[in-house]
Amino acid sequence: MASRSSRMRFVYFAVYLGLYGGFVLLATFAPHNMEATPLAGVNLAVWYGLGLIGAAVVMALAYGWHCRSDQEHASTDASREVLP
Amino acid sequence: MIHATSPLAIAVFVLFVAITLVLSSYLGKKAKSSAGYFAAHGQIPWFVNGVAFAGDYLSAASFLGICGMIAFYGYDGFLYSIGYLAGWIVALFVVAEPMKRLGKFTFADALNARFNSPGIKAAAGISTLAVSIFYLIPQMVGAGVLVQPLLGLPHWVGVVLVGAVVIFIVVTAGMVSTTWVQFIKGALLLAFSTLLSVLILWRGFHAGDEHAELASQSSATRGTARLTADNAALDAPNAVAEPATNHANLRPSGYVFRSLGPFTGDLFDNEQLATNLQALSGSKLLPPTGPWQGTQFVQSQDRDGIVTTWSLRTDNEGRTSLHEAQTVTKRSDGSVLVNGLPRGTKAGENQLHPVGRISRLPRGETSTGPLGPLEFFRILQQSEVVLWPSKTLVEPDGSSTTVYFQKPTPGSQVLRPGESPTFAGIRSDKFFDKLNFLSLMLALFCGTASLPHILIRYYTVHDEAAARKSTIVGIACIGFFYVLTLYMGLGAMTSGSLEPSDSNMAAPLLARSFSELLFAVISAIAFTTVLGTVSGLILASAGAVTHDLLESIGGMKMNDHERVRIAKLASVVVGIVAISLGILFKQMNVTFLVGWAFSVAASANLPALVMLLFWPSTTRQGVIAAIIVGMLSSLAWILLSGDTFANVYGLPKEGSIVPFSQPGIVTIPLGFLTLIVVSLLSRGKREMQAA
Repeated sequence: MASRSSRMRFVYFAVYLGLYGGFVLLATFAPHNMEATPLAGVNLAVWYGLGLIGAAVVMALAYGWHCRSDQEHASTDASREVLP
Repeated sequence: MIHATSPLAIAVFVLFVAITLVLSSYLGKKAKSSAGYFAAHGQIPWFVNGVAFAGDYLSAASFLGICGMIAFYGYDGFLYSIGYLAGWIVALFVVAEPMKRLGKFTFADALNARFNSPGIKAAAGISTLAVSIFYLIPQMVGAGVLVQPLLGLPHWVGVVLVGAVVIFIVVTAGMVSTTWVQFIKGALLLAFSTLLSVLILWRGFHAGDEHAELASQSSATRGTARLTADNAALDAPNAVAEPATNHANLRPSGYVFRSLGPFTGDLFDNEQLATNLQALSGSKLLPPTGPWQGTQFVQSQDRDGIVTTWSLRTDNEGRTSLHEAQTVTKRSDGSVLVNGLPRGTKAGENQLHPVGRISRLPRGETSTGPLGPLEFFRILQQSEVVLWPSKTLVEPDGSSTTVYFQKPTPGSQVLRPGESPTFAGIRSDKFFDKLNFLSLMLALFCGTASLPHILIRYYTVHDEAAARKSTIVGIACIGFFYVLTLYMGLGAMTSGSLEPSDSNMAAPLLARSFSELLFAVISAIAFTTVLGTVSGLILASAGAVTHDLLESIGGMKMNDHERVRIAKLASVVVGIVAISLGILFKQMNVTFLVGWAFSVAASANLPALVMLLFWPSTTRQGVIAAIIVGMLSSLAWILLSGDTFANVYGLPKEGSIVPFSQPGIVTIPLGFLTLIVVSLLSRGKREMQAA
């Protein structure tokens, strides 16, 4: 379970690092792209910034949910082991 | 701007401080032992700890600094919000659970879990102190900034007041009281920031007809200040008055800024301009001298000798118009003039007028009515906002004049990155300017998980699962708050309540544009914001002094009671140091200073922490070397940077010997590299000795 949790942490971290790195590189080397308004008249800079904050919250909640279900599995397995 | 003292604000402020002090006194008995004093016995519920994370982390820099930066420059302040929150991903996925598993009281405990080395304790203790002191400076500066308008007291009094209250909180009940103060502060900050954001959306945007507005305000404003537009100005051809605020829903500032023109040809030989100026209390244009030559400003002087400064704007047809600016002149004898008169609120004195408004809405509308969360950005994107940048001119006699002038700016420009001086590098062609931005964003990403006052909060909960859950609650609260910073900052930008010389006051003054009560509550919350963060920092420093430096290095043998006593003494000393630095660094933007603290934390602490967790070949020597090299290199880089030259030493930026100001992109990898090289060398040496 520990290795599954570690792998999950690594995957989440890598995904977020990619999103954040993409934002920073786009702002640095192609800042004019941030002015595009792809949706609802709101520009990419605002969408991407809000998206990064939203993604952090969603990923944190998803990780918490995964860990909780892992713990439930672990406790179920443990109770099976002691049953006759 | 000189703020009138509000009895209501004082009452709310005193109430907040009293609650904090009573709570600390009440909780004092729960913090007699080391485990209680430094880690609240590890018994804080995970949800409370999570909100306390928000209370600990959302410092003066987040609330005052980010809102102020957004209010002055637009989107750029939000880049800090994005970076600060992203750092929590590192905290959650990399350090949260191992920190709880490995440590006991301080960050050094976790680093030293495998080695039991006094050297690691010493290095980590010193780094904790360095980062905490760096982080303390902006908090104390923020405290002084808040107390000025709230209580009408000088900046230094605010700093001393915060220092005294925080020392009391930390000395009475350590982590127990600190946690609950941070929990209350975090909850209040979230609740009232939400309220403020809802009010901003409900109010919408306004761009009133300037002439109509002037007519409605003229009777109220006439005679309140020397430069107030009067009937003479209105009668003058080509004279237009621009309101400082522009709608009945906004609290009027009572001042109307004037514009003259447009004119063609040489302004100094223009009869029409001369007539217009003559109508303004017999004013005449002054020929530019000294530093005023070749600038975008001209000055006029009325029959009483009062000087008014105008910024020049040239349209597509080559015509020039004059727009009233504001000035603060610091004379060589120490006296200060504001808009040509001595600074003050009495007759014959002047103060800066509040600013910040939308000059044009889409389709020529004057008011939008209530807006949805996305509509808010869409409308602003299509509008035009009047920003107030500044320029300082220095006379040969040493006196200086800072000119605050109107700059109509398209909303699309306000909502894009790279418009502030801090992030102008994004739009620069120079590679090092771009690198400076990358470096700051890297430091923000890596810095959160390296801040000592954040790391010690992992010891206040029961187990690793609680550490994880409290981090998730913290991320949700902090993320939500950072979204609100964009609304609050842009709301302040268009509220007509901005203080043009002080970005840090944007959020409280925004609240004042709604009501005096909201101003009082928001100011008091901002004050507790400072209290919560400073308490955490002082506690982290006291822990480092007691556990890491005196016990491990100094060899002092202490019983539990003595340990707590020494920690309390250390808290008082660190508090006094923080007070002194808060007074010294009064003029600096708090967000800017926090960026430095993140760089030092990320460079000194993160390489050691990450490599210890994920690289089995890490050695004691490697950890010590990485902390020392990371800390010294980042500090040296900052002290030699162009920004420090300009903002701290008062020297030309070009004199700096480092190519860009933010050290992270060099010093964080340097920390990792040092650890790897030293670990490999020391390991090789040990293996050779064993053979």
